[in-house]
Amino acid sequence: MSSENGKQMTGATSLVKSLERAGVDVMFGIPGGAILPAYDPIFDSPIRHILVRHEQGAGHAATGYAQATGRVGVCIATSGPGATNLVTPLADAQMDSVPIVAITGQVASGAIGTDAFQEADIRGITMPVTKHNYLVTDPADIPRAIAEAFHIAATGRPGAVLVDIAKDALQKQTVFNWPESVSLAGYRPIVEPETSAVRDAAALIASAQSPVLYVGGGVIKSNSYKELMQLAELTGAPVVTTLMARGAFPDHHQQHLGMPGMHGTVAAVTALQKSDLLITLGARFDDRVTGKLSSFAPDAKIIHADIDPAEIGKNRIVDVALIGDLKYTISALIPALKAEFKKHQPDLSAWWSQLNSWRTRYPLGYDHPTDGTLSPQYVIERIGKISGPESIFVAGVGQHQMWASQFISYENPRTWLNSGGLGTMGYAVPAAMGAKVGSPDKVVWAIDGDGCFQMTNQELVTCAINKIPIKVAIINNESLGMVRQWQTLFYNERYSNTDLHSKRIPDFAKLAEAMGCVGLACESREDVDRVIAQAMEINDQPVVVDFRVHRDAMVWPMVAAGTSNDDIVVARSMAPIWDSQEL
Amino acid sequence: MTNSIHTHTLSVLVENSPGVLARVASLFSRRGYNIDSLAVGPTEDDNISRMTIVISVEGHALEQVIQQLDKLINVISITQLDPITSVQRELLLVKVSTTPITRSQVLETVQLFRAKVVDVAQDAVTIEATGNAEKIQALLRVLEPYGIKELVQSGLVAMSRGLKPGSITTENQ
Repeated sequence: MSSENGKQMTGATSLVKSLERAGVDVMFGIPGGAILPAYDPIFDSPIRHILVRHEQGAGHAATGYAQATGRVGVCIATSGPGATNLVTPLADAQMDSVPIVAITGQVASGAIGTDAFQEADIRGITMPVTKHNYLVTDPADIPRAIAEAFHIAATGRPGAVLVDIAKDALQKQTVFNWPESVSLAGYRPIVEPETSAVRDAAALIASAQSPVLYVGGGVIKSNSYKELMQLAELTGAPVVTTLMARGAFPDHHQQHLGMPGMHGTVAAVTALQKSDLLITLGARFDDRVTGKLSSFAPDAKIIHADIDPAEIGKNRIVDVALIGDLKYTISALIPALKAEFKKHQPDLSAWWSQLNSWRTRYPLGYDHPTDGTLSPQYVIERIGKISGPESIFVAGVGQHQMWASQFISYENPRTWLNSGGLGTMGYAVPAAMGAKVGSPDKVVWAIDGDGCFQMTNQELVTCAINKIPIKVAIINNESLGMVRQWQTLFYNERYSNTDLHSKRIPDFAKLAEAMGCVGLACESREDVDRVIAQAMEINDQPVVVDFRVHRDAMVWPMVAAGTSNDDIVVARSMAPIWDSQEL
Repeated sequence: MTNSIHTHTLSVLVENSPGVLARVASLFSRRGYNIDSLAVGPTEDDNISRMTIVISVEGHALEQVIQQLDKLINVISITQLDPITSVQRELLLVKVSTTPITRSQVLETVQLFRAKVVDVAQDAVTIEATGNAEKIQALLRVLEPYGIKELVQSGLVAMSRGLKPGSITTENQ
C-alpha cells in the first residue's frame, strides 16, 4: 500500500490515490472544466464513479450512502455552478450530522479572485454549512487535505467537509505522500465522558419517578443501539425516538412510545412534558421536538449525553452533561446504574399506568376518505408492511415524510433516512439511489411527495442507466401538502400557490417510463397491495408508482409551530382529554 | 467600553492559515453574537496567531460562544482573561484641535495620561495613547472640549499576568 509514497505523479492522480487510500469505493459526481484533470485518473481507478444528472443529486446520494452504511459518502463536482449546486446537500448533511466529503475543482490559483469563468468562492460560501473546508492550491497538500477531510467528516460529531482544489494544483507534478495519521491541534473530539458525570447521571436516574429516554440520531451515528437496548431494559423507562432516531430502538418494543415532536404521538409528547427526568441521548432539543421551549418538559431534570460540547445548554440548561461518544457513555452508564439500583431502584409502575393510558387512548390513526379516494397513510402503511422491516425507507419532506415516520414500523437502525434538520425537498430520490448503492442487497423505497419528486427526479435516469433498482412511491396529492395543511389550519383555507395539478401534469408513470424505469399508477384501495407486490417483483430496474391519493388528508397529531407541547391536537379542533389528576 | 459583568475578553489561539478570520467572523455573525472588539496578530510561533476578542454576553451565552468557537477546526485554544489578572491594552491615535491658548492645556493632559504627542500642526496635535479601555475613555472625555478632529482606535489586546497562561477555559480537551 505504502509503495506509492514518494512517487512522482500529477496532483490529479495524487487526489485519486488519496481517495483510494481513504477507503472510498464509490463517488457520485459530474465532471467539468476545473475538475477535469481529476477525471482522467478516475477513469482508471477502482473507485466506482456514478455520473449523476445534477450535482445536488450527487450530494444527496453521498448522504444516502452514508446514512445507510455509516461510511463517509463522497461527491465530486466542478467549480462555479457545479460547486454551488452542492451547497444544499452540504447544508443538509451538516444539519443531520452525516459524514460526507465533497471534492470540487476550482479555477487555476492564478485566476482566483479575478471573477474567472466558472469561478465561485465555494470555500467562503460553504463555511457556515460545513464542519470544515479546504482550498488547496499546492499539489503537495492534496493527500493531507483528503486525509484530514475524511477524519473530520467521520469522527466526533460527523458532518460535511468540502475540499476545493485549484485546477493547476491538479495538473502540476507532485510527490505523493499519504500521511499515516492525522493530528489536528484544534480538533480532538472527546470520546469518554467524565466518570463523576456518569455517577451523577446514574444517581439522578435512580431517583427519578417518571424518567424518559429521549433518543436522537446520535444513537444511530455512534452505532450504540445495542447499548441503548440494555440501558432501556435496565431502567425500564419509556423510550421516545426523534425523527432522526427512528429505528434506533425497535418500534415493536413495549417500552417504545414512538416519536415526539410536532407530529409525534400523544404518548411520546406527553411523556416528555410530564417527565421528571429526560435522559437525552444524542438529541439536540430541536424546536420541532420541544415546541415552545419555555414550556417544554417544565418539571424535568436533564441529563444530556452528546459528543458535541456546544449542544450542551444550547437550547435547554442541563443538570448533568455527559460529553463523549454515546457508545462509551451508555456503556459507562450501565454499570454505574446497576450499582445505584442495588441500593434503590425506583418503581415506575405508576408512571407506566399513566403512559399506557395515553398510549391506548390516543394511538396513531387515520380515517379512510369518505369519497372512496385513496388514503395516503394507508398506502404508506401497506408499503411498510409488505416490504418489511429489513427494507430501507427514504422520505422527502412534508406530509408523506411524517406519515412515513408514523405508519411504518422501524425495527432496525439505518432503515429510515430523511432530511430532518434542513428539511430538503427533493432529498428522497437521490438519497435512495445512494442508499441502494451502499446497500445493494436491501430493498430501498423512496417515499416521496409529488412536489418533492419534481425537484430531483432526474436521478432516476442515473438509477436506470447504472442499474440501481430503487422503488419510488409518489404520494401524489397534487399539492404541496404540508404547506396546504398549514393554509387549511392557519390561513382560512386560502390555498395560495400550493396546487401542483400533478394528477394532470406530469403523467408520472409515463415520465418514469421515459427515464428508463417501470411506471405504475394506483388510485384505489383495492389495488394498493397488488401494485406494491408488482413493484416488489421488479428488481432489475427502478420502479415508480404514482399513488393518487386524497388531497385533504392531514398529519395528526400536531403541535402548532411556536405553541406548547401541552397544546397538542390529536385531530382538527380535538385536544386530548386529560384526567384532572394527570394535569 | 467598560468591563461590566457582561463584557468578556477571550484570548484565542488559531492556526495561522487563510480564512481563519472569516470563519470566526462568520460564526459570530451566524450565531448572533456581538463582537465589541477584535484584534488579530502574530504570536511567538509563526504557525499560530492570537485573536483577542471582546464580547458582551450573559454568563450562560458565554459558554455557548466558547463552545461554538472551539468547534472551529482552526481554533487551537481559548482562554478567558480576567481583567484583574491580565494586562489589557488599547492603542489610540487622536487628532485634537488646538489654538495658541489651548495647546499648553492639551499638552498638560497628554502628560497627565502618560500619552505622547506624535505630530504637531498649526492648529492640531496628534496624540498617541495606550491603556486599558477606562483610561482611553477618560482621556477622550478630557480632550473632547478642545475638539476631536479625527480618531482611530485599535481593538483590545490582552495577556495574562505572571508566568503562566491565563485561566484556561477550554483547550480542546
